[in-house]
Amino acid sequence: METTLGQNLGDTHHDHGPASGIGRWLFTTNHKDIGTLYLWFSLLMFLTGGTMALLIRAELFQPGLQLVQPEFFNQMTTMHGLIMVFGAVMPAFVGLANWLVPMMIGAPDMALPRMNNWSFWILPFAFAMMISTLFMEGGAPNFGWTFYAPLSTTYAPPSVTFFIFAVHMMGISSIMGAINVIATILNLRAPGMTMMKLPLFVWSWLITAFLLIAVMPVLAGVVTMMLMDIHFGTSFFNAAGGGDPVLFQHVFWFFGHPEVYIMILPAFGIISEIIPTFARKRLFGYASMVYAIASIAILSFLVWAHHMFTVGLPLAGELFFMFATMLIAVPTGVKVFNWVATMFRGSLTFETPMLFALAFVVLFTIGGFSGLMLAIAPADFQYHDTYFVVAHFHYVLVPGAIFSIMAATYFWLPKWTGHMINERMGKIHFWLSFVGVNITFFPMHFVGLAGMPRRIPDYALQFADFNSVASVGAFIFGFSQLLFLYNVIACIRGGARATDRVWEGAHGLEWTLPSPAPYHSFSQPPVVK
Amino acid sequence: MDELGRKNRRLVIRLLAGCVLMFGFGFALVPLYDVFCRVTGLNGKVTNTGPVAIEDADISRSVRVQFLGVNNEGMPWEFRPLDESVRVHPGEMRQIAFFARNPTSRRMIAQAIPSVAPAEAAQYLHKVNCFCFDSQSLASQEQVEMPVLFVIDKKLPEHIHTLTLSYTLFDITPEAPDGQALASETRRSPL
Repeated sequence: METTLGQNLGDTHHDHGPASGIGRWLFTTNHKDIGTLYLWFSLLMFLTGGTMALLIRAELFQPGLQLVQPEFFNQMTTMHGLIMVFGAVMPAFVGLANWLVPMMIGAPDMALPRMNNWSFWILPFAFAMMISTLFMEGGAPNFGWTFYAPLSTTYAPPSVTFFIFAVHMMGISSIMGAINVIATILNLRAPGMTMMKLPLFVWSWLITAFLLIAVMPVLAGVVTMMLMDIHFGTSFFNAAGGGDPVLFQHVFWFFGHPEVYIMILPAFGIISEIIPTFARKRLFGYASMVYAIASIAILSFLVWAHHMFTVGLPLAGELFFMFATMLIAVPTGVKVFNWVATMFRGSLTFETPMLFALAFVVLFTIGGFSGLMLAIAPADFQYHDTYFVVAHFHYVLVPGAIFSIMAATYFWLPKWTGHMINERMGKIHFWLSFVGVNITFFPMHFVGLAGMPRRIPDYALQFADFNSVASVGAFIFGFSQLLFLYNVIACIRGGARATDRVWEGAHGLEWTLPSPAPYHSFSQPPVVK
Repeated sequence: MDELGRKNRRLVIRLLAGCVLMFGFGFALVPLYDVFCRVTGLNGKVTNTGPVAIEDADISRSVRVQFLGVNNEGMPWEFRPLDESVRVHPGEMRQIAFFARNPTSRRMIAQAIPSVAPAEAAQYLHKVNCFCFDSQSLASQEQVEMPVLFVIDKKLPEHIHTLTLSYTLFDITPEAPDGQALASETRRSPL
């Protein structure tokens, strides 16, 4: 994409930098500041949720009960899932969108900067409230991140009400973030930046934002129904009053399945930016990538009951949801094909972001294939609620979503800080993470197929070896993330100066800005040819 | 407010309307789900109730109907069918009864929720009268025999030889201040 800047960036006499002190962060409406806040918050949540994961893996290192009580174990699985989904992955993508979308489309800021500030600052309060339940009488929510009724209503600890309001707040935050992204992309594109010239990260976020607007209100609805069942005597999910617990699962997964694509579509966008850069070729099949993302998003509304094959669906329902689910493999396959075709005969180099992107392609595909196995309704009766499911969704979320976020961080960090990352440290972080992830999650396929149930603090003796291997891997992966923290801080504090373009093969408006990107960029829109 | 401000405003209003719509849709799923189950007969919900035209029974075949009485968690009543199963001809009207006894020291109100297995057979089980149409109020130590009058539709598919009618009994005693429930609060069940 050839661009010219319509403005001499040095000539900013009316420009003002950030305010000083804590007020800069509390009252900021600058998309770069808010992006930074989101990213730091998500890293904090990632380490918090990761600590909980390590507690889980430490307990599962050996059969029998060693470290924690089963009640606390349940709270850990629940909080780990909630924090990672709503606190780590989603805010990280919103943070990346804040930083990158305006710079990629030549906009001076997000379209609704004050709302942007608000949507971030809700989050710390939501999570403070949710995490505070750990210290309440009766303990934190213990019903799993899917909070199936009646576990989350009739049998829930009293802290469930705090959980419900925390989810409401996260939902409001996500919806406001999504509205902002859509308004920015639709209304603030630089002249000449037509829709089919948008970078794929922007496209993937536009579609994700529409998914968020469609399903976060449904999540708000389902927790509101829980709230009314618990406190106001309604019977949405209570059979004694004419309700139905299975209804909960339908409404939840109507939200839940698009939600899992909310956590992976921006990752597709990131990978589609990184691979062409380090293959030094244009992305293969740009238009088909856009259509693939859109069709995945549409299909995501038609497959929710594949999470519920064992609740007693009629045969016609099982078949419909089985085939609709398998259909998603087609656009996903198109994407993987395009990434591979982009690399084909490219001049590949393997800097840290590219390593993470390559690992994403391979490991996400493995997770996709185990997803196809789970989509087979008759087979799912065997796999349902086993560690095979745990292995599947961790393969798509950890080396999928999380690796893409790390790839994005290493890729754009020089643009944000003005310093190159330390490649050697980046590579050490990558290899430890890559090896750790596979040691952790690959054995879970085996114990799952052999029948080990998920969310149970103890297990039968025959699963002991693979579980101890998985726990060792988890500690390798977990502690190697401290290297990530180190790398980010080191890159902020210093390092080789980054050029404006940073990477030899980089294309896109953000690379025409100086490194580090000035506090206010594209005050005059660039002209995109 | 310039052109861009107006465009942003219009878009935000539309997107917020979308959110409100989807929030409503979440709640609309509740009746939609009921209607869907009713229309398709899924979920084993019995929907054919009330009077039925008397027809000749199809004596060329007979179907076994099994009965189950289950207490919901925390429900202390004794609750079971008097006969565990009966054989009926499709089209033949038959009455059976369930036994219930309140062993506690207070008056309680219960509601039975029926379910039919296999779900495919639910739409062919026609209940002319059933204790599950109303809630049941029993004084301390009181016991009762509760009738079910039903007909199996002659259109029942040939491959179904056995069907199960199961009731789960729920405690719906209102939380009266003195722990005593009022018998007059007997409610009509939604079924």
